[in-house]
Order: sequence, then C-alpha cells, then structure tokens
Amino acid sequence: MTRTVAVTINGATFEREVEPRLLLSDFIRHEAKLTGTHVGCEHGVCGACTVQLDGTPVRSCLMFAVQASGHSIRTVEAMADGGSETRLHPLQQAFHEEHALQCGFCTPGFLMSLEPLIPALVGASDDEIREAIAGNLCRCTGYQNIVSAVRLAAKRFDAQHGTNGSATGPE
Amino acid sequence: MGSATFADDFRRPGMLHATILRSPFASARIDGINAEQARALAGVMLVLTADDLPGGGPAIPMRLFSQPGMEEYLQRPLARAKVRYVGEPVAVVVAESRYVAEDAAELIEVDYEPFEPILDPLVALDAGAPRVHEHTDSNVAGAIVISNGDLDDAFDRAALVVEERISCQRHAAVPLETRGLAAEHDPATGELTVWGTAKLPHVNRRILAQLLNWPAERLRLVELAVGGGFGARGEVYPEDYLVPYCAIALGRAITWSEDRGEHLQATNHSREQVHDVALALSEDGTFLGLRDSFVNNTGAYVRTHGMVVPGMSAALLPGPYVWGAYHCEARQVVTNKTPGGTYRAPGRYEVNLVRERIIDIAARKLGIDPIEIRRRNLIQPEQIPYASGAHTDGNPVIYECGDFPLLLEKACERFGYEDAVRWRREAVKREQRRGIGVSYFVEKAGIGDYEYARVELARGGRVVVHSGAASVGQGVDTVLAQICADALGVLYEDVEVRHGDTRATPDGMGAFGSRATMLGGAAVSQAAACLRERILELAGRELEADAADVELDGDRLAVRGAEERSLSLAELTERAAAAEAQAGSNEPGLSEEAWFQCRDMSFPYGVQLAAVEVDEETGSIDVVRYLVAYDIGRAVNPMLVHAQLVGGAAQGFGGALLEELSYDGDGNLVSSSFMEYLMPTATDVPDVDILVTEDAPTPLNRLGAKGAGEGGAAAVGATLANAVSDALGVEVTRLPLSPSHVAELVRQSTATQ
Ligand code: FES
Ligand code: FES
Repeated sequence: MTRTVAVTINGATFEREVEPRLLLSDFIRHEAKLTGTHVGCEHGVCGACTVQLDGTPVRSCLMFAVQASGHSIRTVEAMADGGSETRLHPLQQAFHEEHALQCGFCTPGFLMSLEPLIPALVGASDDEIREAIAGNLCRCTGYQNIVSAVRLAAKRFDAQHGTNGSATGPE
Repeated sequence: MGSATFADDFRRPGMLHATILRSPFASARIDGINAEQARALAGVMLVLTADDLPGGGPAIPMRLFSQPGMEEYLQRPLARAKVRYVGEPVAVVVAESRYVAEDAAELIEVDYEPFEPILDPLVALDAGAPRVHEHTDSNVAGAIVISNGDLDDAFDRAALVVEERISCQRHAAVPLETRGLAAEHDPATGELTVWGTAKLPHVNRRILAQLLNWPAERLRLVELAVGGGFGARGEVYPEDYLVPYCAIALGRAITWSEDRGEHLQATNHSREQVHDVALALSEDGTFLGLRDSFVNNTGAYVRTHGMVVPGMSAALLPGPYVWGAYHCEARQVVTNKTPGGTYRAPGRYEVNLVRERIIDIAARKLGIDPIEIRRRNLIQPEQIPYASGAHTDGNPVIYECGDFPLLLEKACERFGYEDAVRWRREAVKREQRRGIGVSYFVEKAGIGDYEYARVELARGGRVVVHSGAASVGQGVDTVLAQICADALGVLYEDVEVRHGDTRATPDGMGAFGSRATMLGGAAVSQAAACLRERILELAGRELEADAADVELDGDRLAVRGAEERSLSLAELTERAAAAEAQAGSNEPGLSEEAWFQCRDMSFPYGVQLAAVEVDEETGSIDVVRYLVAYDIGRAVNPMLVHAQLVGGAAQGFGGALLEELSYDGDGNLVSSSFMEYLMPTATDVPDVDILVTEDAPTPLNRLGAKGAGEGGAAAVGATLANAVSDALGVEVTRLPLSPSHVAELVRQSTATQ
C-alpha cells in the first residue's frame, strides 16, 4: 500500500514509493536526505520544519509527502549559493552578522518563513517584525538578535532593489 | 546554517530505529507483559522489557550531590513490576523503520493494575500517604537543613514578621531539538560508538561504561550538533543506556529520537517548589531573620542531579543580603510525576522569587521603597569575601568578590528608576495599571572540579585547541578560540577548536552550570600561555636571540629591534619537526596541555528591573521596560554574553508568564504538546536591556570571568511577580502570571479597594 511521490526539491526531482502516512518533513529529511529542515514539534506550532511549497512557506510536518506530489519545494539548502556555506544568502548573512542564532536548530525554519517576507518588511517597526516571526519558536536567542537581523536584511534589500526604483547596490 | 548534523540527521548504513513504549499510568503495578505479537511483526529486530536486561537493568546513578539512602529512589532503564509516572519506559522496540517500531510498540500488551497517584508534594509528606517507592519508608528522598544565628531571638525582637506560602510551578528547559542519540557496535573491532551525547562526554562515558559493563576504552562518545541544552540535555537518561545496549545485542547501528510529546513526559522537569517563608524585620527595615521550609517536587525518581536543585535553593536563598539569622529546611519529595533535574539557574529561579517577594511584602507593610529596603540590607564591599553561612554539598558559600551596592545604583540609573516611579504615578486609565518590580540575586557559576585543554601549534602554523568542555549550542567554540588567541598572541581566525570526541580529547568534564568559559577557558588560557613560552623559546633559538626579545605578532615571530630577523609560525613548526626528527625525540610536536582545577564556586550577581502595565480586562501583562544588570567579572566576548543574557531572560519570561507542566487528577500530563505547553514567541517577550559590568573580577581564575549562562533567567519570575504585585496592590504568591491568574488577582485587587 505504497504510493508514488514525485516532487521537485531545490530543482532536483525525487521520485519514491512511500507509505501514504509518511510526513513531508520525513520525506525531505530521510528520503531526499536534506536534513537542514528540522522537526521540533510535529504539531505545526514551532515552525522549525518550514519549507516553501511553490514559493509559499508551509509546515512540512503538517503535510503528507503524497500531498506534495507534483509540487515544487524549496528548502534551506537552496539558500546559500550553490548549496554551499561559502556564499551565504543575504538573509543568512544578516543572521550571521547579528548573531541571530545560538544552537541554530530553529534557524532554517526562520529563514524559510522570512525569505519571501523581506520585501514587505522594508521600513517595518520592531513590533511588526516581531509579528512577522511570531509563528516560529526559538528557545535560545530571546528573538532580539533575530529582529535585528531581519531589520538589517530588509535595509539591505531596500538599498539594492530600492523602493525609490534606483538600485544603490549593497552597502 | 542548515548543514550542522543533529542527532536525528545522523545516519549509518543499515541503521535500525528504536522506539520506547511508555506507561500510560501515573502509578500502576505491572502484572504481565506480552510482546509476542510485536516480536512477530515483519521488520522488528528486538523487543526488550526489564526482565530481558541483566539484573532487570541497572539503576542510573547520581553524578552529583547524593545523600545516603537516595539510591533507593533511582530509576532503572525500564520499569520493573511498577510504573511511577506517565511516560516511564516499559519496553524498547528496535525495527527497520521508526514507523514499524511504533506499530510494534502498539502491539505490546501490558497488564496494569492502576493505583491512585500522588501528585501534590505536600500530600506526599503526610505520614499516612502511600509510598511512591513502596520499599522505602518515606516520600522524602533527601533533606537539607541550614541553620545560622539565633532565629528565635531574631523573631522575638522583630517589629514586623511577614509570612507567606510562595510557590513556583513545574516547567522545564524544553530545548527546540528533542533528545536523540545513535549507537553502533562493530563486532569486528569490538568498539561501541555513541553519537549525540552532549554536555558531559567524558563523565557520561564513565557512567555508561559502568552501566553497560563495557570497557571504557572501547566506548567512544562523539558529540553531534545540539539544539539547546539548558541543563536538561546530556544527562544519562534511560534511553542513553537502552540504545547502546540494543546496539551491542544486535551488533548493528541504531538511532532513536523522541517526539515532542515524549520529550515533555520523559526529559527532566524542574522548578516545582512550595515554600513557607517568614521574614523578621526591625522598624527601619533591617532584616533580622529569614526562615524557610520548602519542598522540591522531584517527581517519580531521583535522577543524576541528586540533591542539586533543592541544595542550590537552600544555598542561595540568602542572596546578597545580611541576615541576622537564617534557617532553611529543604526536602526532596518524590511523587508520581515526571522526574526532575536542573534547568538554567536551577533552584535559584525559585528562591529568587521567594526571597524578593517576601522582601517586597514587608517593604509595602513598612512603607519603605523597594530599592531602599534592599539598599539598607546589602552586604557591603568591605565585608567581601563573605561567608553567607549557607553551604551546598559540603562546600561553604563564600561570595568571593562583589560590590553589591554599586551594581544596584548602576542598575537604577540605567533603568531610570526615578522616571519610572513618576511614570507609574502618572494619571492613567483606571483599567491600565502600572507597576515596577526589582529583584537582586546572587548566581553561582563554575562548579565542577577541573577542565582539560591541549593547545597545539600544528604544521603549517595553525593553532588547534582540544578542549574537554562541550558545546551545547552556547558559542563555546568562539569563546575558547578567542581566549586562546589572546593568550598566545595569534589571530583569532587561525585558531580552530575541537571538542566532543572522547577519542580526540583524553579527558574533560563538559558544559554545565555556566562553567564552559570559567573552567574550559581557564584551562585553554593556561595551556596557551605555556605554549607561547615554548614557541618564543624555540624561535629565540632559531633566530639566535634571547626568548625574551622575540615578539609574536599574528603569525610572525621577530626579534625586537631587528625585525628583519623573523620567521613565520609555519616555518617554526617545520624547523621544530626537523629538529625533533634529528634528535629522535618522541615529544608530541608543539603542544601543551593544562588542567584547570577549581574547587570553589564563583558568585556572579545581578539586578533585574521591570516596568509593566497590567490590562485589567484581558489579564495580559505588557512589559514596557526590562533591564538585566549583571556583574560577571570579565566578559570574554561581550556579544556572546549579551546573547546569553537575552536568551536566558526570554526563558525566564516563559516561566513567569506562560509555561506550566500541569497534570490532571489521574496524573496525566495535560501540557503534552506545544499547543498546551506555551513557549514564548517573539511577541511574548519584550526587548531586554542588558547592562554587563566588570566591577568584580573573580580571583578564582586567571581570566576573572564568572560565567554568564544563567543570570538572564534567574530572576525574571521574581521581578515580574514584584511588578505585577505593585501594579495591582495585591501579593502574587505563585507563577505563572497567566491571563487567568492575573484576572483572579485583579478581582482580589478590586475587592480589597
Ligand atoms: S515541526 Fe513542524 S511546526 Fe514544529
Ligand atoms: S537558536 Fe536555538 S532554538 Fe533558535
């Protein structure tokens, strides 16, 4: 009683015979072997398992792998250039510079949730940033440095893509 | 970010999966277990119950602060004959996949005869209460009495005596990554490797070898990335025995990780204490005597921490004040709840609440400002070193350094205390009540006898630090690299830190009790200083100069005043290697080791201040301003210290406002997922202002550093309870300050007006 799942993850296609009860998070972690996506609760509360499904952040612990069949998924591994840690994505760079992680377990979920939101957070107040990240739990940082990282990433995004239309390049 | 290997990311070829069958009852006799169906399921490799383990399975020992008789209350890996809490392991199943293992566990039939559980630690004290451990004669597993000064006289002379029952609720560390580990036994080499164990690799190896009856030299513990520790992770739990045991039995690799529901039932709980406290004062607010009697509900079994939590409570209840007399009776009580252990600022979060609350209650009665009453009673700088008269596990509590009044003044200034008092008085809407809370506390850091480090100048000029300290996600690598770079005089970027593999580092204790910097750092600093001397001496020989005239700057060694006579660290290692080869020496290259020994605890101290608005209608608390002021002697890396304090404070907010491990009358854990166990999100915690001072470096290590891991969390419960009491004019006596609890306080407050 297995079923075929075919999903594109970070541009590569994964086709597997799986049990219908296999969670998408388990599929990503143990079938596709992309363990950057973490599992903190399996209840849709902590956000550690967040990935992007067709560009929208979703909690991969709340979906079965079969439900994702035919869709395109992006995980944290796709963020850094060429999947390496040498050239960080601007959001990762901001997390790094602001010391927005300690154990790092929550970080992939924050990055996946935040990546599509950054343009909308240009000029946002700290309270608005806090609202934007309230769906992800972090037990280590107390969130303060995550807020700073988001502020920095939004500022850089603005400088590069310019809300006034003229790209000014990175600082 | 995303490339670290956590326990459940770790896989070996052909790896099997373990799962644990747990008790659904808080108290029950096991009349029989039938695992035949589970064993017969396709893909199941092994099912074990207590009867299958040698001697029924060994008791997991205390590694700290034990008392005679406490062994009677220890836990074995699998329940034998009786279960004592919901979640207690009853059987372990190993199968080809986790899903199959879980299916098999469901097929195990256990015949339980349930009993009425004992959940309330005060009920457990009753002479007639049933015993949680029927072979013992009491539910009190251990007790401590500390008594100083003439308490009766203090209370006789008092102008005011205030008494209150103050309690702290059960909550826990709850790191975002649950526990997990992997073990592999290679029958060919006879080696057993365990991955994932954090915090105490060498200590745990010793304990595990003893429990498994396995030679320590054939047991290797390798640390993986860990998603937060906070005291709970890295102790020896039943699963830490069961998984390697099964790996040996099968000669295979096995992985296990708990889900969140299991974590909340199985990993150490903490903080549940009930205190009956009394404070005697003179008319001017001078503290004459403090009397306290409390119970610490440690749940069904005594685990590795023994008496540490109540011991720390009794030792640090006195705080930074002079007491004419101090008397404290502590009892470690067993009940049918999940076993307990330490959680960041163990035993102190609780007693800071008790002490700072009772002081405020008295201050209000005497009409003295809360800052003023504290100021009047602080230990003065000239009294330092100060023996508080308390002790823990036989070690006297001696505040070895400190200027308590200075930090109070600095904190008030930074916080803008006078302005805050005005803000509080300003006319506001009636339903928006404002309050200010303060607390003063003494922390402890750096317990643990010693730490090991070896600093090596490797070929090519790279510096490698091998530390016995472990990383629990707190940034210890960065700190140790920095300390090494400073002591050696090289660039931080050229230093690499290795730890957490019992094969690579021969010794070491680990990361607990804010000790990684203090002890680990001191050992690194010592070893690096020795290595520096050796490097300069060698360079002197090579450059034909006096070692004292050689300077090390970054990666270059040069003769002072004759900079053209120089060589790089890389060249030095080449020449040293050549010289060694010639001399036929078998000295291990350029490296130095050091053990840093410290028998004494160090006592950092802090002040926390809060300004809050309580919404009468919703019962919500808005923390308008929050300050953590902390003196840690020396901040080796200020950014990391800052991050530790903010992160700790957030955990403190969780405990003060949201988190509670609550049970129903049958002993079921009600808060068994993140839907019921509420952890603070970004909108639940305020921006925290941090003031780190370095006014009182400790004389106990060469760095002067006192450890910063716990000062953020330690007094948030106390400070917010004081602030809310101030806002509402009623006395908060328990946590958390959940909306329903605050609504009740508001009702009391309006009734008394
Ligand atoms: S693991 Fe999916 S939300 Fe927590
Ligand atoms: S950094 Fe550890 S949970 Fe966020």
